[in-house]
Amino acid sequence: MEETKVDQKIKLTAKDFATSQDVRWCPGCGDYSILAQVQRSFPEIVGLDKDKIVWISGIGCSSRFPYYMETYGFHGIHGRAPAIATGVKVSRPDLSVWVATGDGDLLSIGGNHFIHACRKNIDLKILLFNNRIYGLTKGQYSPTSEKGKKTKTTPFGSVDYPFNPVSLALGADATFVARGIDRDPKHLQTLIKRAADHKGTAFIEIFQNCVIYNDGAFDIFSDKKVKAEHLLVLEHNQPMVFGTNKDKGIKLDGMKPVIVNINNGEYSINDLLIHDEHDTSPLRSMMLAHLTDNPEFPTPIGIFRQISKPTYDESVEEQINQVKKLKGEGDLEKMLFSGNTWDVN
Amino acid sequence: MIKEKEIKNLTDVTVRFAGDSGDGMQLTGSQFSDTTAIVGNDLSTLPDYPAEIRAPSGTVYGVSGFQLHFGSSDVFTPGDRPDVLVAMNPAALKKNLPELKPGASIIVNTDAFDKKNLQLAKYENNPLENGELKGFTVYPVPINSLTAKALEDNPLGQKEKARCKNFFALGLMYWLYNRPIEPTLKWIKNKFKKDPNLIDANEKALSAGYNFGEMTEIFTTRYNVDSAKLPTGTYRSISGNEATALGFLAASVKSGLPLFLGSYPITPASEILQYLSTYKNFGVKTFQAEDEIAGVTSAIGAAYAGNLAITTTSGPGLALKTEAIGLAVMTELPLVIVDVQRGGPSTGLPTKTEQADLLQAVYGRNGEAPVAVLASSTPSDCFYMALEASRLAIKYMIPVILLTDGYLANGSEPWKVPHANELPEIPVKFRTEKEGFAPYIRDENLARPWVKLGTPGLEHRIGGLEKANITGNVSYDPDNHDLMIKLRDKKLRNMVKDIPDLQVEGEQQGELLVLGWGGTYGAIKEAVVDARKAGLIVSQAHLKYLNPFPKNTIDVLKRFKNILIPEINLGQLTKLIKSEFLIPVIPFNIVRGLPFKASDIEAKIREILGGKSNGRN
Repeated sequence: MEETKVDQKIKLTAKDFATSQDVRWCPGCGDYSILAQVQRSFPEIVGLDKDKIVWISGIGCSSRFPYYMETYGFHGIHGRAPAIATGVKVSRPDLSVWVATGDGDLLSIGGNHFIHACRKNIDLKILLFNNRIYGLTKGQYSPTSEKGKKTKTTPFGSVDYPFNPVSLALGADATFVARGIDRDPKHLQTLIKRAADHKGTAFIEIFQNCVIYNDGAFDIFSDKKVKAEHLLVLEHNQPMVFGTNKDKGIKLDGMKPVIVNINNGEYSINDLLIHDEHDTSPLRSMMLAHLTDNPEFPTPIGIFRQISKPTYDESVEEQINQVKKLKGEGDLEKMLFSGNTWDVN
Repeated sequence: MIKEKEIKNLTDVTVRFAGDSGDGMQLTGSQFSDTTAIVGNDLSTLPDYPAEIRAPSGTVYGVSGFQLHFGSSDVFTPGDRPDVLVAMNPAALKKNLPELKPGASIIVNTDAFDKKNLQLAKYENNPLENGELKGFTVYPVPINSLTAKALEDNPLGQKEKARCKNFFALGLMYWLYNRPIEPTLKWIKNKFKKDPNLIDANEKALSAGYNFGEMTEIFTTRYNVDSAKLPTGTYRSISGNEATALGFLAASVKSGLPLFLGSYPITPASEILQYLSTYKNFGVKTFQAEDEIAGVTSAIGAAYAGNLAITTTSGPGLALKTEAIGLAVMTELPLVIVDVQRGGPSTGLPTKTEQADLLQAVYGRNGEAPVAVLASSTPSDCFYMALEASRLAIKYMIPVILLTDGYLANGSEPWKVPHANELPEIPVKFRTEKEGFAPYIRDENLARPWVKLGTPGLEHRIGGLEKANITGNVSYDPDNHDLMIKLRDKKLRNMVKDIPDLQVEGEQQGELLVLGWGGTYGAIKEAVVDARKAGLIVSQAHLKYLNPFPKNTIDVLKRFKNILIPEINLGQLTKLIKSEFLIPVIPFNIVRGLPFKASDIEAKIREILGGKSNGRN
């Protein structure tokens, strides 16, 4: 048996994860790329058997995702994917449980489930397809839409402030927090593989272009001519350098991040902040999450934070085993006749 | 010289303990119940407490009560009106006085009848002195000071000592009704094993109360209630919530499925979550979710993964779970939802009982979303109905709502404990063969296959969008939708072949059938038994399956000229029966947040049989 399993694993390719269903996203939708990167990454993830993978989703364009993955899959109801996934993972810790969700699904109607999944460190991989718009309902603003956005429900511009999903996940103590882009396939694949390897809640915000209702929202991050000026690619143990000529960097001035030029002699690469994914304090990752508050700063992508702590699901198992040791395996007959009993003769 | 006291035999007694929320009345009542069960009486209890945990002391709305009815023959209800009231303060007296039987006995804690407490209870003058209690037998006992005196040598502080007064009252009641104090002494030793001073204080207070009865001149008579002739066996006292939890535990063992409970605390259902969280050595996983919706959706996830999945709640929580239950209908997964009904609408009366969620359970979802609906009839019946709900959910791959209520949940009765090997096995067949598999093929019961996640080769996708027949692929085809709507409905209706017929107690046909459902069983039973004793010809039938109804329901109903349906709502079963069977019935509805009084139902029976009512509607 073992042997055939190994053989099978070697042979698996991206195509093995495709289903017979026609993919029904709009032509040009960023979701296609995300699907492709997942299908390309999965064969390379060691120990991941097809029948042990479950994709759970809520409602929205992104939530059609499970139908296109040849694994177990469950298309749930709006906002509830993390809660459904929690039930799967906690009851079956042997499964690899993935959530495909969107900005409305996860951060509006499902916000509560999201923060509590992060807080409990349930071993779920949550992929947020963030297109900053409601697509399936045809173009209303979402909780990640920028302030002032004109949409069908905000004809004069939205007046509310958007969520910063990375900041929200960090605030809820997620143990793996990352950001990727649909149009950077290699980078996204790396993030997916790293999320798969992580034990605990792994959250990836993916900038995803909606060609119909919010086209071009992330163009500056994929346009070869300008993207280097706007992106800060986070790499563990590396200084935070960006810019077309790699001439700029992020330096800490006290608690405040500042942009410095490392080519004009005033500062060198040695003055820059070194990224530490595993920093147990959330302060620096939170600071990075909020770089985007200032439009002059680049937008970080990559892994903001990856720390280890026991997961909820494994702690539940552990407690059950402890109680079994303490009390002995449950015995129904004994349980029925426990407490204050008396005999009637 | 102590006069030998007379012992009078009684067939049954209803006692109510009442005091402040913090006075320990629930504990006192449940200790009295346990001891009464041990000496062999049949009994039924009704805890009645405010939603506030510690309402301002001394106020009428802060009064907590515990009623108990015990007897030497079958006891069906907690009793309509107390024969004896133990009133720990003026507010307790004020609140409960109107409920007492004429001529009832009242044991009052006279120490609590000071100016402040009288004011808090809004008494203008002392009811013990103004003649207001004329017609009752009042036993004034200075419980506070007698307790303090008994505990003189105990090193505990005054405040802690004062808290033992409920055990003084309990001791006195044990003496008065000729019950042993040993079971409670044993309980005290176990409960306070970490603090010898508390053991000493509570033991002394209990004994002092008992001895006070013996020594005082106030009581000239004590009472005895002989053991009931219950079927032989081993018994335990059980509440509805505990029985529900045990029922699911049994279902898990009998099905061989791990039990997963996704739930959010809500009165009066939280105890089921609490009980099940103690059974970890059975592998039970209890997930206290972030909200009601996560409670049910996590259970749906667990059902999909291959577990016995349940969620427990009360009315407002059921409303929140509505959409998710529709998802379980569409994905055809086995899921049991327990609704411990309480007074509604909205937050309503959280700690009180009601039967007003029946229509919500049967119909309360968007779209045509058939679910099976079952209801428990007594506290111990919750055990069997939890097993039954699990069996049906698994066999038919369908969500099942089990309705209990606040009265069943908190009320307790002696339960003849069944042996594990007497309980029916719950067969489970997980699909493993790849050949011919499709997610929505159906077996002879129209149930679709259940695949345990992780089964190689059976990877498939399901969800809330309409499913194509057999393949389970997403389908917007009009004819397919029509077919699937009808298939899901047919599956539910087919369940009638698997549920027991409706039984009639009494004559199988005649003038009047009292038809009930859920927690009103005891009150109807007592009313019917009493009416029959008085020579009236009346029968009883009780529905435990409400969707679908047992297949012989219409045959039963047609055999009676009048059908009386008492319900603690505005006629929800009445509506279902009338629309399903197109027959006239007589509704009887009182919605006070309390169980029916048997006497009210009996009066209605008399009214109908006396010919005064031809009020069929």
